[in-house]
Amino acid sequence: MTKPPIRCEDVLKHLVAYLDREIDAEVAADIERHLEECRGCFSRAEFERKLKEQVRSTGAAVAPARLRARIRELVEKF
Amino acid sequence: MDNAAREFFAAEVERLADRLYGTALRLTRNANDAEELVAETVAKAWAKLAELRDRQCFEAWIQRILANTFLSDCRHRRACPEVALEAEVEGEDDEPFSLFEKLHQPFLLWWTDPAESAIAKLLREDIERALDALPDAFRVAVVLVDVQGHSYAEAAELLGVPIGTVRSRLARARTALQRALWQHARDAGFVDSHDKRKDDRDQAAHPL
Repeated sequence: MTKPPIRCEDVLKHLVAYLDREIDAEVAADIERHLEECRGCFSRAEFERKLKEQVRSTGAAVAPARLRARIRELVEKF
Repeated sequence: MDNAAREFFAAEVERLADRLYGTALRLTRNANDAEELVAETVAKAWAKLAELRDRQCFEAWIQRILANTFLSDCRHRRACPEVALEAEVEGEDDEPFSLFEKLHQPFLLWWTDPAESAIAKLLREDIERALDALPDAFRVAVVLVDVQGHSYAEAAELLGVPIGTVRSRLARARTALQRALWQHARDAGFVDSHDKRKDDRDQAAHPL
């Protein structure tokens, strides 16, 4: 018997865990298939993915020259 | 430690300096504390280098040391006595909030795709400001998972809390973050609403 396709509300319920890769492979595959076919859920998933990427990008900042020099000094002393 | 190990270590910390500093800045919210945290992390990482099994995993490994150093400092109230790792608002339930849904409200005026447009206009400092304004326990959960890329289980282990607590802090942090970004988008005029009064009332009911 074939499994019924995952519904939009279930995709939205699991979307965060899916984007965080914190969901089991079978559900992830169901969601991926759904996203290929559902424009609304795809847009929502893309939005959340881009926002997550923006948050990740805040974790890079230009390290001050003083810090870089300090790191080099530390490594030389090791 | 031999010269090859020293050269490898020096090259890696040089390459990762911006990411380590940026992450430290998000955790400490203070440039001087961030520099101290990175320097302490580098010293600890060198002392533990023999424990690193796979050099391909250097970034994840040193990021973990950085998080551990920060959390340990917080627990000892040395570097950041103002950081409260326990969420004082734990247990309260936030109402669900979705920036995506807000941007797609029918009364908003858009010339292009609203989500694309808002994402494009949100500046890095807008996200940083919203992130820095989160309660400490929520901010740290977001930094561990979204910025550093730890799994929920790793974040739970680093924080010494159950995985369900990480999940709930993340959910509430992201809700608060999206609410703050929505407020910013409106204040900055990214969104133009036919029904601002209704939206202002909604915003007043849920301050960050």
